[in-house]
Amino acid sequence: MAKTQADELAVVGKSLPKPDAMGKVSGQARFADDLMLPRMLFARILRSPLPHARIRQVDASRARAMPGVQAVLTGEDLPIKYGILPVSQDEEALCSEKVRYVGDPVAAVAATDEWIADAALEAIDVSFEALPSVMSIDEALAQPGEPIHPRGNVHKAVALEFGDTEEGLRSADHTREDVVFFEGNTHLPMEQHAAVAQYGQDGKLTVWSSTQTPHYVHRALGKVLELPMSRIRVIATPNGGGFGGKSDIFAHEIVAAKLAMVTGRPVKITLTREEVFYAHRGRHPVLMKVRTGFRRDGRITAMQFQSFLDGGGYGSYGVASTYYTGALQTATYAIPRYRFEGVRLFTNKPPCGPKRGHGTPQPRFALEVHLDKVADELGLDPVAIRRRNLVQPNSQTVNWLRITSCGLEACMDRVVADSRFLERRTAMPSGRGLGFAVSSYLSGAGTAIYWNDMPHSEVQVKVDRGGGVSVLCGAIDIGQGSDHILAAIVAEVLGVSLQDIQLTTADTDLTPIDLGSYSSRVTFMVGNAAIAAAQRVRQRLAEAAARMLHCESDELSFRGGQVGRRDHPGEAISFAQTVQAAEAGEGLISASGSYTPPKLAGPYKGSGVGPSPAYSFSAAVVEVECDPRTGEVRVPEVWIAHDIGRAINPVLVEGQVEGSVYMALGEALMEEQTFRIGVHKFPSMLEYKSPTTLEMPVVHTSLVESLDPEGPFGAKEAGQGPLLPVIPAIANAVYNALGVRIDEIPITPEKVLRALAQPSRRVGPKGVPRFAFPSPIQAARPPEWEGK
Amino acid sequence: MKVAVRLRVNGQDTELLVPPYKTVLEILREDLGLTGTKHGCELGECSTCGILVDGKPFLSCLALPLDLEGHEITTIEGLAEGSRPHPLQVTFAELGAAQCGYCTPSMILTAKALLDTDPHPSRAAIQQALAGVLCRCTGYLKIFEAVELAASRHG
Ligand code: FES
Ligand code: FES
Repeated sequence: MAKTQADELAVVGKSLPKPDAMGKVSGQARFADDLMLPRMLFARILRSPLPHARIRQVDASRARAMPGVQAVLTGEDLPIKYGILPVSQDEEALCSEKVRYVGDPVAAVAATDEWIADAALEAIDVSFEALPSVMSIDEALAQPGEPIHPRGNVHKAVALEFGDTEEGLRSADHTREDVVFFEGNTHLPMEQHAAVAQYGQDGKLTVWSSTQTPHYVHRALGKVLELPMSRIRVIATPNGGGFGGKSDIFAHEIVAAKLAMVTGRPVKITLTREEVFYAHRGRHPVLMKVRTGFRRDGRITAMQFQSFLDGGGYGSYGVASTYYTGALQTATYAIPRYRFEGVRLFTNKPPCGPKRGHGTPQPRFALEVHLDKVADELGLDPVAIRRRNLVQPNSQTVNWLRITSCGLEACMDRVVADSRFLERRTAMPSGRGLGFAVSSYLSGAGTAIYWNDMPHSEVQVKVDRGGGVSVLCGAIDIGQGSDHILAAIVAEVLGVSLQDIQLTTADTDLTPIDLGSYSSRVTFMVGNAAIAAAQRVRQRLAEAAARMLHCESDELSFRGGQVGRRDHPGEAISFAQTVQAAEAGEGLISASGSYTPPKLAGPYKGSGVGPSPAYSFSAAVVEVECDPRTGEVRVPEVWIAHDIGRAINPVLVEGQVEGSVYMALGEALMEEQTFRIGVHKFPSMLEYKSPTTLEMPVVHTSLVESLDPEGPFGAKEAGQGPLLPVIPAIANAVYNALGVRIDEIPITPEKVLRALAQPSRRVGPKGVPRFAFPSPIQAARPPEWEGK
Repeated sequence: MKVAVRLRVNGQDTELLVPPYKTVLEILREDLGLTGTKHGCELGECSTCGILVDGKPFLSCLALPLDLEGHEITTIEGLAEGSRPHPLQVTFAELGAAQCGYCTPSMILTAKALLDTDPHPSRAAIQQALAGVLCRCTGYLKIFEAVELAASRHG
């Protein structure tokens, strides 16, 4: 962390316009589909109309003969399989033998315009042999016909246990079991995915793509196209929304590259909105069972958690998603004994993957409604039961997560006080309710997607004799403000203004690695790498300035474009003069900095998912207004507090929190990605209901600054965590309002009416399917939990 | 087959020879290089492709160029005065109302149409005016504030 005192910060902590703001408000920002290259061709992909089928034959001769068609590709042109995780290399850019969901790519055309390409798709004759399809968790387990993948429909089954949970449940005063379901939903970024590829006569390939993970795309292109990575350049364009939906490797990126290689001309592919729904990689539908033992005072003695994930047709991030459904329950509550069993099933639907909160919103929903129900049974209020179990700062969870800074209690206090939750919840007018929940999320995964010892983020800083500062980093701005984090941190350390910073980002030829804009890692990891790089540059500049100002280099301050003596404020030289002096002495002044997270994984298999160098915490109170005649639930007001560590730019952090509340609202009340015989029920923006301006509640956002000891200037994440408490808080509020339990997300009017009509006053799953989980890995507990 | 059309875009007359089925959205982006106009569905569902026609919000993905002959088209590129940004562009930047920035051109143009008829709109009027324009990033709140701030600066 920079030596600067908090009260001296000039850029960090200020709500300044981000560096890419003017480009975005003026229409000058160039998104992938905005790129137009000379001689460019347009490509389209033919996709499977069937959820599960063998491909007997693909005949593209009619398409190839059409005027304007420049190339047609089929499965045999791209035979090498790939996948985002090294353990799940199960996808083909164009399927050669089998299709596994409606929308699976089968062939591709490049033509002189999109209309010709579209017409050519219709001239490709594919003969399919339909196979029985698997559309649900139950069907996948029943294994009716040919399995979706050779090794069966069970993609991954895991089981971990920390301490004897059976014993913990036996010794409890009270136990409770709940079964809940969270339906899948999708990211729905406003920008449709797009990629442009160009292959030069020099044998070099360039791919521009709206991707959150240019580095992983780079690796996959090398593998599938059998090109050395040194001849491939991947440039991530600003993403018009990501939310996890652009963090996989997509067929259209590979297809565009291959078509550019075949034709020798630039090729662009832009997915239609319908294709975006099928590209998916979104929220897994998850069925969950949670069983917990409590002491009379509300303290947890043990917890057993089971999750069944409906994964769709391919692996994608699924192994990680599976572990994530069990990883963070312990990050908010001190659970002394914990067992997690998870299984991910293949189904004939578009693959699921990471969406904002990756694998944790579903179990967070389960856990937070479960706790409210237990609180009722024990005669405690929802706040009290959580207080009894709160995780403490500087502690270690039973599954070996290292908790350092923790503002959870402060977040709780804040929203409970501001909303007057405890006073008002028992006195709400009819149809109105208040609900409460808390959560935690990672500030970046502690391990990379592929095993390696290299840094997760790297930044180069180079200063120019005119006083300009160039900052290079592989990070891509997806709207979350990563450009601002980079620029603000370097500007702070070097004492220059944001306008003096030139950013070059997300270009594998020019910028050092950043692993990508996923897992809420960018502020933490890029920020730390940026501090390291800027401090090295500053040290060298300080030595040159010290010679001119006749003092020691550590007596200097860098501020307002000046380098001056701290003790004699009048004695200063400009930043540009300092650069010139340093450059005259030793040549170009540039330096790099890297960040590698500490090795935090616990001593058991499967410990790689969950550890993070720091955790954010959130708490929310939601007010609902329910109409018992229509079942409609409206949300007029939300109070949310988020432990951000430190807000590097408060207005941007608030934006992340408000955007998370918005997205949670959509997930909780209306959004669902569901299918009828493999066909998406709502593949359009009209029918896939998402909140508009009219549904957005008043949101009271509070930022809690716990100053993380390892975060850049103390910062932690904000992009995903604040989504988590809102969904269960809505469910708890609906219960408070109407006395009905909707144990199934989304909470639609139809479900509310059904619950109101039932004696159980509940809608939700009755149980979980029978499944023989592997016997759990019995992991040692950290010392502080032994004997508890 | 192509047809000749004459469009007035951002104060300039242009004559074009285009296929008759090409939408205004495609013509703006591909023939006129005005890529500030975005798209999210090309089916009239998201309003990302919003432009102003005679000062009123208009979905460019649903219109054919012949429909707009004789009308005044404004795109996001036409909003600034030279290099001086429109007040809404400034407040959107200041308040972080553009996250990914993809809905932003349409959001700003739609807000401008509102302010041109109602210089000091209520929050409810802003919500109503922007209701068709989807944004997945911001939760809309900073957008409302940016419109209000621009209105208040107007005096
Ligand atoms: S692009 Fe969606 S309404 Fe025009
Ligand atoms: S800012 Fe991203 S869609 Fe509105």
